[in-house]
Amino acid sequence: MGIGDGKEILDAKVEAGDFSSGGETSSKLKDLLRKLGIPAKVIRKIAIITYELEINIIIHSEGGNLSAEVTSEKIDIIASDCGPGIDNVEQAFKPGYSTASESIREMGFGAGMGLCNIKNYADDLEVETELGEGTTIIASVYLK
Amino acid sequence: MNLSDIEELLTAEVVYKNDSDLEILTACGADLMSDVLAFSKGKTLLLTGLTNPQVVRTAEMIDLELIIFVRGKNPPKETIELAKEKSINLLTTDKPLYEACGILYSKGLRAEKINEIE
Repeated sequence: MGIGDGKEILDAKVEAGDFSSGGETSSKLKDLLRKLGIPAKVIRKIAIITYELEINIIIHSEGGNLSAEVTSEKIDIIASDCGPGIDNVEQAFKPGYSTASESIREMGFGAGMGLCNIKNYADDLEVETELGEGTTIIASVYLK
Repeated sequence: MNLSDIEELLTAEVVYKNDSDLEILTACGADLMSDVLAFSKGKTLLLTGLTNPQVVRTAEMIDLELIIFVRGKNPPKETIELAKEKSINLLTTDKPLYEACGILYSKGLRAEKINEIE
C-alpha cells in the first residue's frame, strides 16, 4: 500500500467515556503514516488533529468512529459520532469555550482548545452536526 | 541541555530513562493537554502536575521525549508502562511547576513557540 491509491487506511470504533484507551487509535494511525513514508511535518499535524478528535468523541459523544483516507494529495480524517450533536458550532470553536465536566478538566482536557487546535492544524475542515443526531467532522491535511 | 543536566538542576528522580544524552532545546509547563498539543516542535520537554496516561499519549502525538512531573508526584503504573512502550523519558521533581520552569529558564532553556510546525 502506498500513497496515491485513495485508500481507507484506518477505521476504528471509539467508545464514549473510555479514557484508558483514549489515544490508541491516533497512535495506530501515526505508526501507519510513518510506515507509508508520509513527511514528519504532515504526520505531526494529523496526529494532533486525530488525537483531539478521538478525545472529543470520548468526552462529548455517545460513541463514534474514526477513519482516515489517504490520496496522492492529502489525508482526510473523518470523525463521526452518534450524538448528541453540537448546539452552537460557532461558539464551540471559540478558544476557551467548553461544556466539559470538572472531572474531565481534572484530567487535563476540556479546556476549550480542542476544536481550535484542529482548525489550526487542518488545511480544510468540514463540520456537520445536528442535535439529537450526531456530528461528523472531516479534517484534511495536504501532503505538499 | 541534556537529560542529565536537567536531572541535576531539578534534583529530579528518574522514573524511566531511555536516553541520558537526550538533547532538549525548549520546554513548556502545562496541565492542559490541548495547550501542550499547541506546542509542536521536537526536542521539547513537558513539565506538568498531571500523571495520567493521557499525558504520555499527548507527548507521543507531538514527538515530545521527556516529561517531568512536578511537586513530587509519582505517576501510576499505567503511565510508566505506556512511557516505556513509547520510549518517553519520565522524571519527577519535588519542586513546584513555577519553580521548576524558572530554574530551567534561567539556565537557558527557552519557551516553545506556539502553533508553528517546522
